[in-house]
Order: sequence, then C-alpha cells, then structure tokens
Amino acid sequence: MKITTKLMIGLGGLASLSWLGLWLPEKFKAGSAWGEWGPEEVGELVGYVPQGLIKLAGLWNAPIPDYAFKGWEEKPLFDLSLAYIVSALIGILVCVCIVFLLGKVLSKKE
Amino acid sequence: MHIPDGYLGPATCGVFYALMLPIWGLASRMVKKTLSVKQVPLLAIGAAFSFVIMMLNVPIPGGTTGHAVGAVLVAILLGPWAACIAITVALVIQALLFGDGGITAIGANCFNMAFVMPFAGYYIYKALSYKSAIDSKRRVIAAGVAGYLALNIAAALTGFVFGIQPLLHHTVDGQSLYCPYGLKVAVPVMLAEHLLVFGWVEAVVTALVVKYLQKSSPELLKEGGQ
Repeated sequence: MKITTKLMIGLGGLASLSWLGLWLPEKFKAGSAWGEWGPEEVGELVGYVPQGLIKLAGLWNAPIPDYAFKGWEEKPLFDLSLAYIVSALIGILVCVCIVFLLGKVLSKKE
Repeated sequence: MHIPDGYLGPATCGVFYALMLPIWGLASRMVKKTLSVKQVPLLAIGAAFSFVIMMLNVPIPGGTTGHAVGAVLVAILLGPWAACIAITVALVIQALLFGDGGITAIGANCFNMAFVMPFAGYYIYKALSYKSAIDSKRRVIAAGVAGYLALNIAAALTGFVFGIQPLLHHTVDGQSLYCPYGLKVAVPVMLAEHLLVFGWVEAVVTALVVKYLQKSSPELLKEGGQ
C-alpha cells in the first residue's frame, strides 16, 4: 500500500475519534479553552464585558459554528458528537481540495 | 490557541496581517521552488491532519481545554515553508467555516501556529537530529522535543499577544476594551497549561508518527531533511 493511502486511513481514524475532542472536555467539565470564552463568560470571569469584545465577538457568522450545525445548540451530546465527526470530515475534505489546488499552482513542474 | 474575534484590538490585528502577507508570499515562492508535484498529496494530508488534530481537545478536568497543532510534524516532513502553507489553510478553514478563531485574528493565529511554530520546531528537530541515522532513536526523541517546545513557544507568544491588549486599549476607568487579562496572567497561564498537558500531546503525536515513518516510509524523513 502507498504511504499516502496509509496516512489517509490514519486521517479517517482520527476523524472517527474526533468526537472525543468534544465529549472528553464536556465529561471532565473542562469549560472553554483559555482566552476563547464567549462575551457572557468573560463577564462572569472579570466582572465586566470589554466593549470591543461586545462589538467584535459576533462579527463572523460561520456556517457550521463550533463544529455544530446551526440551531443544534440545545441538542444532546450524542447528536453534537455526530455533528463533530461530520465537521471533521468536511474540514478534511476542504483542506485536501484547497491544498491540491494550491499545490497544482505552487509545486515545481518536473 | 485560536484567538477569537474581539480579543485583539485593530492595531494588533493589522500588524499581524501585515506581518503575514509577506510571509505567505515568501512561503508561496519557497514552496514553488522546492515542492515537487508528488509531494502535493502529502501536503494536503498534512493540512487535513493539522485541521483534525486541532479538533481533538484535551481537557484539564474542571479547568480548560487545549490541543496539539501538528505543525512540527508537517515541517519535519515537508519543510517549514510548506508547513506554513498547510497550517494556514487549516486555520483559515477553521475560522471561516467553523468560527474557530476570529477572522480579524487570522493574521495573529497564523503567525503563532503557522509560522513561528513550524519554524521553531523544524530547526529544533534539525539541531537535535543532526547527523543521526534516519532510523535512529535520537530522531524520534528530536521530533518529540521539537513538538513539545514549539507548541510552548507558540503558546507563550499567544499569551503575549493576549496580554498586551489591556496595555494598548482601555477605557479611562481602566476597563480593558479587548482581552481583559494582562501579561502577568495571560503568559503564565498559556505557558503552564501547554507545558503541563498539551505540549505532551504534540510531543507524543509528532514522535510516534516519525517512529512509524522510520519503518514504513523512511524516504519521507530524508526528503524533509534536505
């Protein structure tokens, strides 16, 4: 088997385990990553919400916010884990496609 | 380590975009010179690997989460300039499609994770594995140490960028306009959590993949080494 095929299989393995990246922090009550809190959370932490943060926090409306489908905020952890895996697969696919296109333009011709 | 929108002031965002534009340009030129067509699939896999490893959040129970970046592994296999391109693609997709990392902070996030991290890791790996055999244990350890240190360098830098915000932007009564935590909190916290936990994830992942490739595809370790 070619090494790229083996590595692709490895990627598939990582994608199928990706839900752990959502599930484990939830189970261990780990909260947000440091410095990646939403505005309300910052308010609770420091007693005020910085004005610039209020203005800019909602600047970008991502199509799959936080690796979950829109309107799924209240869904159970199992559903969110599925969305997380689907997000991983979408992300892998988009990464591969874009780098392939870039690579076509950038790599030296032989 | 993905700085969201609203944590950095406009000056900081602008400076990092201004820094990254020539770096991206140079990376494109370097990759054009050195990357062969047959390495393109590996580069695509590298970007996808970085994307998905960053989704694997590791918890510090009751505290916070973090993750590896994979930038050092990509740099070892394809060189730091190619890694810069691959990690940039992963970070831009995370920001645009998934709202992970702010769009105003893409410059800063790329500077930390797609530029400083792969370059630091690459040269640490080169130094530690200098003149070692492709299949040597030293090469595996060099990869692990490079992963560990480079992630921590990137984390410290991220902490620094967070930490200067209260100095740069605040109201007359002292409230911060963006990131509310100063250098005395942001740098030690970012560094501590990466030194204690997340750095080890990067180290283990980087070392294990290098160890695997020593057996299954040693030519990849040679090519990255030139």
